[in-house]
Amino acid sequence: MISVRGLRKHYKVHKRPPGLKAALRSLVHRSYTTVKAVDGISFDIRPGERVGFLGPNGAGKTTTLKVLSGLLYPSDGEVTVDGHVPQKREEAFLKKIMLVMGQKQQLLWDLPPAETFELNRAIYDVPQAQYKKTMSDLIELLEIGDLIGKPTRQLSLGERMKCELAAALIHQPRVLFLDEPTIGLDVAMQATMRTFIKEYNEKYGATLILTSHYMDDVAALCPRVIVIDKGLLSYDGGLDALVQRVRPEKRVVLRLSEEVDAGRLSPLGRVVTHESGTAVLQVQQEAVNATITRALSTLPVMDLTVENAPLEEVMSELFAESKARRTAASEPVPA
Amino acid sequence: MSARTTLRAFPTLLRVGFAEAVAYRAEMLIWVLSTTMPLVNMVLWMAVSREAPVGRFGEADFVSYFLATFAVRQLATSWAAWLINWEVKQGTLAMRLLRPISPLWAYAVESIAAFPMRLMVAVPVMLLSVALVGQKAVPQHAWQWGFVVLSVIGGWAVAFLANVAIGALCFFLESSQKVLEVWLVLFFVCSGYMYPVELLPPTLRTIIDWLPFRYQIGVPVEMLTGAYGWEESLRLLAAQWAWVAVLGALAAVTWKQGVRRFAAFGG
Repeated sequence: MISVRGLRKHYKVHKRPPGLKAALRSLVHRSYTTVKAVDGISFDIRPGERVGFLGPNGAGKTTTLKVLSGLLYPSDGEVTVDGHVPQKREEAFLKKIMLVMGQKQQLLWDLPPAETFELNRAIYDVPQAQYKKTMSDLIELLEIGDLIGKPTRQLSLGERMKCELAAALIHQPRVLFLDEPTIGLDVAMQATMRTFIKEYNEKYGATLILTSHYMDDVAALCPRVIVIDKGLLSYDGGLDALVQRVRPEKRVVLRLSEEVDAGRLSPLGRVVTHESGTAVLQVQQEAVNATITRALSTLPVMDLTVENAPLEEVMSELFAESKARRTAASEPVPA
Repeated sequence: MSARTTLRAFPTLLRVGFAEAVAYRAEMLIWVLSTTMPLVNMVLWMAVSREAPVGRFGEADFVSYFLATFAVRQLATSWAAWLINWEVKQGTLAMRLLRPISPLWAYAVESIAAFPMRLMVAVPVMLLSVALVGQKAVPQHAWQWGFVVLSVIGGWAVAFLANVAIGALCFFLESSQKVLEVWLVLFFVCSGYMYPVELLPPTLRTIIDWLPFRYQIGVPVEMLTGAYGWEESLRLLAAQWAWVAVLGALAAVTWKQGVRRFAAFGG
């Protein structure tokens, strides 16, 4: 469905220090620097896959999505999406895809969302019968029946985002790019959006690429993740495998019926947190069973769960590793 | 988007565009107030011509000319350059580019969809002109009205396409707002908006004939006041639509090259 080979997107950016002197100098001599937003990444995505694009701010995730959706011309490399070259922006291609950006909206601000839906129906040339059926499904799934007649400006962020998603799906795109779709939403709304996106993927077999800083989005939606850092691909594979690679240790969460001294916990493993009758221990995977047995026999345990390290921590560690590698590579070798 | 699909989408685009124009009616009325310069000029030129006509223009002629100028200005106008600059800078052009219809069509339709609202201002002004000056304030023959319609559409097209060409320069410059300001200054001087172009010295008039500005306002106004016979009207209309073609090509090339440089900043 999606094939990316050696994709590069470099920007030439004007750079000058602050101050009047530098401003005057830049009148006659402008200095530029090249920003390598994406620097030679390759991957393939199969039809119907749900893939998470992860990386710190400025990693190149959104740039990649924009290239894939035809908004940006790549500096180099080959990209195809369902047989189309995105930057040609052919009508057939644009009718198959949609990019939903949590920080950008397509809804007409001073008109009700229903007007944008109708506009999209006309622009995407959706037959009336199909439009009515799709709208009816979307209204039911997203529970937006009461919202579509109100001016967009009067909707809350969450309500607006649900309508944005509906507007994006009227033409039933086969490839859906989601760039921070849950940004700024409360926890309940995030969960609603995730459920809806997953249902859409399963119902229509749509391919889905998601970027999000909310790891819950990624964990709930994406069995596969692609990690980009400083424009380079640093991981491509299963989410579980990534966690195993970066943080193979497990977390044993103990809920205790009475307070215990920290000294009784530390022999079991590294104490991550210990407060309000709950202790979280980090232990090596192979020591999990022994730790559980010992905890049950030596501590007043009411409840016990075994978890992976939180994805946020896994990602932080992964990015820290990448940064350390880059720093080491750029340091001069002692003579 | 194919021509057939675009045509099929057009009625809905126009209807939604009209709904937007209605939503922004207060803004439009404020904009109308900012276009009252012809009314000021009308009073000034009436005073000048009280003693003796200026060229072929007596007091009544200036009334019909400037009321027609005010009316044409409501229709032959565009703010696409400002919009393109804004959307490129904010990155919101991205949402338009994702749709299978050129953003240029969307800009055009948004402008055209406001016509009914603008006619609600322009038509009463022309009726007032007839009431003040009499039948000679407007064309007397059906064919002249045909030329009026074509020249007003041409005037809008000149304004719109020039705006697109200027707006698209912001892909190459950091902003093309200043270019638009230069265009507007030349527009005020050369278009017939401040005074009838025929009152200028012949050399200046010849230069202006070769520039696009007069074809946005001056020519439609002259058609609306029935200034020319068949042959001269046809010549001016041909020159106007030649400019539409030139500006159309320029807008298309600038836009196409510019979009390649779009950086889609912001998110």
